[in-house]
Amino acid sequence: MTILWFILWSVLKVAVVTVVMLLGVAYTVLLERKLVGRIQNRWGPTRVGPFGLLQPLVDGAKSFLKEDIIPTGVYRPLYLLAPILALGCSLILIGVVPFGAPFSVFGSPNLFQISDVNVGLLVILGVTSIGVYGIALAGWSSNNKYSLLGALRSSAQLVSYELALGLSLVGVVLRAGTLNLRLIVEQQAQHGALSWNISPWSRFGGMQFVAFFIYLMAAFAETNRSPFDLPEAESELTGGYHTEYSSMKFAMFFMAEYGNMINVGCVATLLFLGGWTNPFGNLFGTSHNIFVQALMPLFWFVLKVFSFLFLYVWVRGTQPRFRYDQLMNFGWRWLMPLAILNIVATSLWLALR
Amino acid sequence: MHLILFLVFAGLCLAGAINLLLQSHPINSALSLIVVMVSLAVLYLLLGAEFLAAAQVIVYAGAIMVLFTFVVMLLNAGREERTLGSRVARAVGFPAVVAILAVIATVILHAQGLGVARLSDGITSTEELSAVLFTKLLLPFEVTSVLILIAILGAVALASHCGSEEQGTGIRDQGSAVTLAGSDNRILQSPQGNAERTGEE
Repeated sequence: MTILWFILWSVLKVAVVTVVMLLGVAYTVLLERKLVGRIQNRWGPTRVGPFGLLQPLVDGAKSFLKEDIIPTGVYRPLYLLAPILALGCSLILIGVVPFGAPFSVFGSPNLFQISDVNVGLLVILGVTSIGVYGIALAGWSSNNKYSLLGALRSSAQLVSYELALGLSLVGVVLRAGTLNLRLIVEQQAQHGALSWNISPWSRFGGMQFVAFFIYLMAAFAETNRSPFDLPEAESELTGGYHTEYSSMKFAMFFMAEYGNMINVGCVATLLFLGGWTNPFGNLFGTSHNIFVQALMPLFWFVLKVFSFLFLYVWVRGTQPRFRYDQLMNFGWRWLMPLAILNIVATSLWLALR
Repeated sequence: MHLILFLVFAGLCLAGAINLLLQSHPINSALSLIVVMVSLAVLYLLLGAEFLAAAQVIVYAGAIMVLFTFVVMLLNAGREERTLGSRVARAVGFPAVVAILAVIATVILHAQGLGVARLSDGITSTEELSAVLFTKLLLPFEVTSVLILIAILGAVALASHCGSEEQGTGIRDQGSAVTLAGSDNRILQSPQGNAERTGEE
């Protein structure tokens, strides 16, 4: 295959995935509003389109049409850079995620993954850690005490929980022996749900259920979601790091947050829930139709990510916010030692197996 | 292709480094340093060291520089001031640095000549790297980790010592920092009320 074809396919894949990702972000917002509405015994948005399904489009239009205010006291270059950085980091991550079984038509490269990187997991961790700057710089350049406090809280929280998050993934890497996301998924594909990394059956599975819960909690903190949404705690900080942002710049932070939720769901799916693989394994046999073969993995992947988004909203609708010292204690005194113990236990299990 | 990428990112790296020196605001300098780190990571990748590239981004750009910016934000450091001393230092310093670099460069060139670094098409996988790290270089690796452990212990000892002089332990200190961050609800709420969030209420 010539380099030209490769570039053409890549551009096409990037365009399609970006559009799907942005739509996903928009409809995650709607999902959250609907579900939180139901949890709080009200309807959520219902007016625009059937069941309020066109609400995200209207919200987007509203953000575009609103007046874009740049306060006089801000440090302009960084104030403008911060939302771009936040959104950029959250959109780039999907580039290394394999969201379907390897599949190609007409000599194309793998259709369901933009780039198959050898160190995909590290790329994800690296880009996540760059994403901190978006929030930190937004808070600092806004020249507002609420923003600054929000940004400080956020940087401290992200740096602290990144440790637990990274350590919780080590068990998975130990079992797989690779950092390549596609290979990590393929290793979990043999016996359906029994061989996923979360599965406690030591014969097939990865015994990573503890790591999964550590990852889940650290991921909630990493994405600044309730119950760890201290960086933008409305009752304390008015709006946290994005207090001074309006119009589309605010919307960019908002999209970055929901984009990160989707990313975290993707990573959890890939590493613990077997990625695109079928939970029933070969119980029902495999189809010979090429469309079914291509789209079923996609369906399972989206279903798994969706269940994570559902969990996010569920937790947000039911749990109160942590206090800041509780947050730090929990991260450093509980999650991190537990993650280290999990690494030791996993290594012993792998060695003695 | 490799050469174009090398030229772009080597240029970016140098531009970041020069910008780091020229900027008078600490946060701009810190951000230029991040640019340098990330473009260095790309250069590592061009040499075929993918693990090193990822580690460079995670450790330097993602962790250490976050602490730098964190400190700059906490201290709320303002612009650097130009004084007579700083002007003298600049006038003397630049020639001095050039002279020192020239001496070091001549010594190294004299000793081993100009080596050749090749941009590689292949990639050193993480497996190969770890095989070398945990077999051939096991002792230096372990000694380095002990060194880092000593640094951590030293930092903890220093912190707890400072804390006991004032009041309580280092953990208490953390607690008081927490009350500082949490005490803002005693400051008057802004009259506009809550920030507008499209996704809520």
